[in-house]
Amino acid sequence: MLEIENLTKRFGGVTAVAGLSLAVSQGEVLGFLGPNGAGKTTTMKMVTGFLTPDSGTARICGHDIGRDTLAAQASLGYLPEGAPAYGEMTPREFLAFIAGVRGLFGDTARTARDMAVARTGLESVMDRPIETLSKGFRRRVGLAQAILHDPEVLILDEPTDGLDPNQKHAVRRLIRDIAAKKTIVISTHVLEEVEAVCSRAVIINKGMVVADGTPASLAARAPGGKLEDLFRQLTAHEEAAA
Amino acid sequence: MNALRAIFRREFAAYFATPIAFVFLVIFLFSMGIFTFYVGHFYDSGVADLSLFFNYHPWLYLFLIPALAMRLWAEEKRSGSIELLLTLPVPVWATVLGKFLAAWAFAGLALALTFPVWITVNYLGHPDNGVILASYVGSFLMAGAYLSIGAAISSATSNQVIAFVVSVVVCFLFTVAGAPVVVDAFQGWAPVAVVDAVVSFSFLTHFAAITAGVIDLRDLVFFTSLIALFLFANVLIVDSSKGG
Repeated sequence: MLEIENLTKRFGGVTAVAGLSLAVSQGEVLGFLGPNGAGKTTTMKMVTGFLTPDSGTARICGHDIGRDTLAAQASLGYLPEGAPAYGEMTPREFLAFIAGVRGLFGDTARTARDMAVARTGLESVMDRPIETLSKGFRRRVGLAQAILHDPEVLILDEPTDGLDPNQKHAVRRLIRDIAAKKTIVISTHVLEEVEAVCSRAVIINKGMVVADGTPASLAARAPGGKLEDLFRQLTAHEEAAA
Repeated sequence: MNALRAIFRREFAAYFATPIAFVFLVIFLFSMGIFTFYVGHFYDSGVADLSLFFNYHPWLYLFLIPALAMRLWAEEKRSGSIELLLTLPVPVWATVLGKFLAAWAFAGLALALTFPVWITVNYLGHPDNGVILASYVGSFLMAGAYLSIGAAISSATSNQVIAFVVSVVVCFLFTVAGAPVVVDAFQGWAPVAVVDAVVSFSFLTHFAAITAGVIDLRDLVFFTSLIALFLFANVLIVDSSKGG
């Protein structure tokens, strides 16, 4: 469903992503872990076609993001970091815009919108400008936009960042609800989240995969049996050395 | 096409979602009036035509059109919504065109709202309405040319103030390309062909030809191809930003 092949990106002299390869299949919820600056967001930007990789590629449902960009993007739902939206629009207008761009009209668009709105619990704020909404609601508007067209592949960059525990719980439940039929990649540095929703976890450091397995199997690799210990062991070298 | 229409509608509505639209329309119409009737002494001229009115268009556009164009891309880059926009399944050219057409339609609306001037001049005398129509078409095309320059520059920065200032400077150069200040700068050293080429880019010269009632296809082609050129540059700039 989602295949990432040898993806590489350099900014100036700094290598952000170094030959990253990964295959995620339907039904999997992949937790994409790594310290800040490890290349999580850069990888997601390349997979969704926002950035062009220096080498390597990604395929979404078989569509190459570089050569078959529009087909790849059509099968993709993406929540960018920080859930950007058009602040002056209301969620109703915003979702209508996204539906229009994605080629959904009339009843199809309404059904899709009602489904996305119900899943993200936006009913009460549909007619308030997005810029006046709380961080939690704004994040949910971003999620609603990502799932609106019922995409096969979902890429969510820190979907629960800045949410309160209740909101986090709601988002995780949403992800679990739709997980069976989808391929989902979530970036996060909240490790408990991985244990709560992910069927697989990948830890990356300096743009490379350093660990890959179920959250339980990864946790078992650390002496204390905790995912957090393994994460620190694999990604904290330079700070320990300094 | 659906995506183009959705982007056009969102972009056009965005002008009205904030006071931008009303501030712009009021200032545009107000300054059109001031320049025509006070600075241009429309009544004293004793001639019932709109050449005075149209003469000021390039100078008003010079400042007002960059103000309209500056937010097109810079605002999206600043807020991060550009990432959302460019990961939707829409070709870059459709996004560029949709944004441009929305701003152009808005400029067209502002221009159309100057119709009382046209009514006034018809009330006062018997102007050549063919020339007036041609001048309106020319003015609209020129506004599009200024807009395409502003849009391309806006896509190169995330700062609206920079987008505005740079656009005004570039638009100014295109406006006065035929004036002595520019010609002299080239005449000393550049071959005649280059000087002629620079002069031929003058908005003032092309627009003056249209408002004089001489509908030369070359003047229309000039503005349309300039729009196409800068929209193409806009696409290239957006594409290259994907390289990081």
